[in-house]
Amino acid sequence: MIGLITSLLAITISAGTSLLYATIGEIYTERSGILNLGIEGMMLMGAVTSFAVSYYTNSLFLALLIAMVVTAFMALIHAFLTITMKANQVVSGLSITIFGTGLSSFLGKRLGPESNNFNLYGVNGKNFPDIQVPLVGDWPIFSAILNQDILTYIAYLIIPLAWFFMYKTKKGLNLRAVGENPRTAEAMGINVIRTRYIYTVIGGMFAGIGGAHLALAYTPGWNEHITGGRGWIVIALVIFAMWNPGKAILGTLLFGGINAIQFRLQAAGTDIPASLLNMLPYLVTVLALVLLTVYENYGKRKIGAPSALGKPYMKEDK
Amino acid sequence: MKFVFEKRKTQLKRLLFLIPFISFVGSLFLSGLLLLAFKTNPLMVYGAMFKGAFGNWFNFQETLVKAIPLMLAGCGVIIAFRMRFWNIGAEGQLVMGGIFAAWVSLFLIDFIPPWLVLPAAFTAALIGGGLWAGIPAILKAKLGVDETLTSLMLNYVAIIFCQYLYNVVWIDPNGYGFPGSKIFDKAAWLPRLTGRVHLGLIFALIIALVLWFMLKKTKWGFELKIIGESPMTAKYLGINIPKNIIIALFISGGISGIAGMGEVTGIAHRLTHGLDMGYGFTAIIIAWMSQLNPIAAIFVSILMSVLLVGGDQVQRTMGLPSAIGLLLQGMILFPLLAGALFSEYRVKSIKSIGEAVK
Amino acid sequence: MSDNHAKMKHSIGTSNRWEMYLDNREVILEMRNITKKFPGVTANDDISFSLKKGEVLALLGENGAGKSSLMNVLVGLYRADAGSIYVNGQKVSITSPSVSSSLGIGMIHQEFMLVDTMTVAENIILGIKDLNLVPDMKAISEKISEISEQYQLKVNPSSYIWQLSVGERQRVEILKLIFRGANILILDEPTAVLTPQESKELNGIINQMKKEGKSAIFITHKMDEVMAFSEDVYVLKQGKLVASKRTSDTNPKELARMMVGREVLFQFDKGEYKPGKSVLTVKDLCAVNSKGLEALKTISFEVKSGEIFGIAGVAGNGQQQLIDSVTGLQKIRCGSVYINESDCSNKNPIDYIKAGVSYIPSDRLGMGVAGTMTVLNNLAMKGYRDKPFSSHGLLIKSYFKKFAENMIDLFRISTPGPETIVKFLSGGNIQKAILAREIDSCRNLLVAAYPSRGLDVGATQAVRTRLIEQRDEGKAVLLVSEELDELLMIADRIAVMFEGEFMGIVDSSNTDREELGLMMTGMKRDQVK
Repeated sequence: MIGLITSLLAITISAGTSLLYATIGEIYTERSGILNLGIEGMMLMGAVTSFAVSYYTNSLFLALLIAMVVTAFMALIHAFLTITMKANQVVSGLSITIFGTGLSSFLGKRLGPESNNFNLYGVNGKNFPDIQVPLVGDWPIFSAILNQDILTYIAYLIIPLAWFFMYKTKKGLNLRAVGENPRTAEAMGINVIRTRYIYTVIGGMFAGIGGAHLALAYTPGWNEHITGGRGWIVIALVIFAMWNPGKAILGTLLFGGINAIQFRLQAAGTDIPASLLNMLPYLVTVLALVLLTVYENYGKRKIGAPSALGKPYMKEDK
Repeated sequence: MKFVFEKRKTQLKRLLFLIPFISFVGSLFLSGLLLLAFKTNPLMVYGAMFKGAFGNWFNFQETLVKAIPLMLAGCGVIIAFRMRFWNIGAEGQLVMGGIFAAWVSLFLIDFIPPWLVLPAAFTAALIGGGLWAGIPAILKAKLGVDETLTSLMLNYVAIIFCQYLYNVVWIDPNGYGFPGSKIFDKAAWLPRLTGRVHLGLIFALIIALVLWFMLKKTKWGFELKIIGESPMTAKYLGINIPKNIIIALFISGGISGIAGMGEVTGIAHRLTHGLDMGYGFTAIIIAWMSQLNPIAAIFVSILMSVLLVGGDQVQRTMGLPSAIGLLLQGMILFPLLAGALFSEYRVKSIKSIGEAVK
Repeated sequence: MSDNHAKMKHSIGTSNRWEMYLDNREVILEMRNITKKFPGVTANDDISFSLKKGEVLALLGENGAGKSSLMNVLVGLYRADAGSIYVNGQKVSITSPSVSSSLGIGMIHQEFMLVDTMTVAENIILGIKDLNLVPDMKAISEKISEISEQYQLKVNPSSYIWQLSVGERQRVEILKLIFRGANILILDEPTAVLTPQESKELNGIINQMKKEGKSAIFITHKMDEVMAFSEDVYVLKQGKLVASKRTSDTNPKELARMMVGREVLFQFDKGEYKPGKSVLTVKDLCAVNSKGLEALKTISFEVKSGEIFGIAGVAGNGQQQLIDSVTGLQKIRCGSVYINESDCSNKNPIDYIKAGVSYIPSDRLGMGVAGTMTVLNNLAMKGYRDKPFSSHGLLIKSYFKKFAENMIDLFRISTPGPETIVKFLSGGNIQKAILAREIDSCRNLLVAAYPSRGLDVGATQAVRTRLIEQRDEGKAVLLVSEELDELLMIADRIAVMFEGEFMGIVDSSNTDREELGLMMTGMKRDQVK
């Protein structure tokens, strides 16, 4: 029994890592008032570029870096369109996803070795090994947590850091103000436009890491469906975490856990509840949105989405 | 010296048409650069795509076949967007329509006369898609729940439910484990006009025309426009906004649902994978590019279909990834989105107070 | 002498004591020849003034006189088109709020600049540049408590803003400015949102600030506020500085006259006043504003056919809630609204429209028209439901066009054509279009909210003529206005609103500006007499 739990937990954490990175990134982006529906496209691009770089250079560090640069650039496009050009955030984000899906698929079939008909699918590259923490890494339960790849270990640190940054630092304070009430933020001397650019790009970089974790650790290698819609789960997780990076861990574990259980069930040869389990994140999210809205309607307190989320900011109104 | 955007005093009608065109050219140009980077001649690729989409009768048929769901879902999205209701759930509404049509074709068919099967499937698809869009609409109208996120989430609920149906519940027992329902009885096959081009094309054209007429010529279309352009004015004029949201969204989802019916009863003749091809997302790009005009959406849908079919053909003839089509689709909106600003605003330079007195 | 007057006298007495060393105080702020233009309006026209250390001055003027825009220039939210600013004798260039804040200038806007989801302490330190990356919230809270003690600004640093009352939020705003070392505090209509009790507390806070050497500028249109708080008063009218006075050298009557000013009077052909049966009957109406605070306190009146019933008062005293309550746009708490003896209380806008009520709203572009649609469509927005605009659900576009051309002609709407987008018309022509639509569809009651606000002379006259026409045709007209001349000229009876109540209802032939002006500042009619 302990063995089963341990192995389920191990898969849960491993499956959750990429979600966690992208979710924390998206939380930061949305907290600045920008909705980025391009996460799916960015994760795909992060995955394909990181895998290609690791395949050719054998440098995991470089692979991660390039993935982050590429997705940061994609986020910059989104930022430019929605912040400077004041384009509709939903439409821009969807465009980024379609673009990223197309480009990653294209690159996946062009960046590979000639011997494989330029295809990246089916080749092996270097990937992040699991590192076992000595001694405790052997114990049941603990081994699930302490026998993971380096990105997962960093993720353990990122959760509290991201929470601390948002709620305890000056920068986090400014960020929350920008997403909640940009006019006030501007009047208090905070540069709203710059803040939104910065956190949109940071969000993009985190999505890139998430994608890279898929291709370099969770399911090493490249295929067109590597994200399996994780980019959309991330959008759901942000809501589920109520835009709090600290709470992102709960949702990530829950949905990572669904992944893990499904893995098990598939291995056991049944398919029935597995696909229905997949539905759960989305249903729960709709429910969460409804409850959040109802709560806000009847209570005084705002706990849901940042008030300015999705709204363009015009500096001189008159 | 600083620059600010100022709302244009006059609207440039000609930009409304020019901008989508420039966007298309811009997207070809940007993708061309990418292709050049891979030592491929973009002109050859585009030529092959064009030939692939229009080159012969068969290819052109395929272009039309792919354009059908795009036209329908595009029209569906247009109704919602006209009211500034950000329904991005066309994908799920299309799938739901397909599921409902499949249910009629698999089960109800035993209880109704053959001539009634297709009308029943049509109605069922309308209801299925409509109900699916009705959920975010009711949540928005009654509780104020943000429609963007709910409609997005419901896409995946529908897609996964559909997979569950054709993989498990409705799987053909004689299908050797192939994921899909049994082939429908002939009565449930949507008649084909020519080749694979099915009656759905006529549905799409009629619906686009009717929709254009409704939006332009009826009291109801007038009310939707007022709600979209200025909700405060609509309220002041005594227009019932919640009721209109729910009705409009039911129709919006219903039309996307008919797209799903077309795919199921017109092409596959069974419920199987391929409904969630991303038509519903492309439809959003189509709605935006056609600037919410259903007639324009017909042409933009064909253009998008050219990119898809052309992409497939490029793969076949030149050995290049078909994803080029998707890539072009995704890129086409960037210049459009950036350009929209210039049709509504103009750049004005201003001096700061310190400089003014120097 | 009324209580209010006695209070004012007392306050003048306090400011006299300060005058003793008034002239020795150094000038810390000067604005010279400030001009700020917006498309179509000059908000500030060559305005100059100065402020001394420890001084409190008042900027008095009606809505739209340019007070707020002048102060927005001072804090860097707007950039002036011309003019210069001197702080402590140094010429400065205030390009953004952070520049003004570093110069010790802070503003408390009418809409508070607070983030509801954050705590008092977080709001106070928001945006401060030389803060540690990880601020020591404990030390900050202690410092806040210290200041709040010193200035009698009681508030808990760890409370969330959404938990606080309006008065407490204002205290947070003041605290925020003092915490950041502001020496010059600008308060935009500070008592507009406060209860009388809270206003009294604010008075104490202001006196405490003066003692600590802080200066303040009040933006206000309330006389008793000017008399109670300020030493000097500057009066703005239509963007121009029309007077500057020592507060102790003037009185509310004089100020009211300077603030409202006089304009060229037109003569209107007005038929004999022959009121008919009651069209609008309001009984014991009470309602709340969007924040859930009481905005109307048991109001009762009737508007009869063949009369113009005017409502005077400074904007924000419940007029909007009153209008919304008699057009179905807002729910009422108690009382009832009858149109022609049929109970319409808490019905929807459509029911009022069907009962023959037309409404010219004050927010022309936001509510009166759909700005992005054509003149033609906007004109048809009331009639489109019925023949001849539509039949069997279909619009008859040819009639739309005929109707629009007819209206453009009849109401002299100056537009390139019926297909022009309405937001590109001038304010006067947009108003004429609304007037055309509403008057054409009016069968019983016409409600007009500030119908001539911001319009030029010609358009103003056109609007007034139309209202009188309606009255003479036997309809009931409810006219809400801030302009006393307008009301005296065209209304038959005038009610004056103050803080959600009628101070009195007078016959326009039997009253004058002075009487109305005093009622507008909160005196009941029997006190005025």
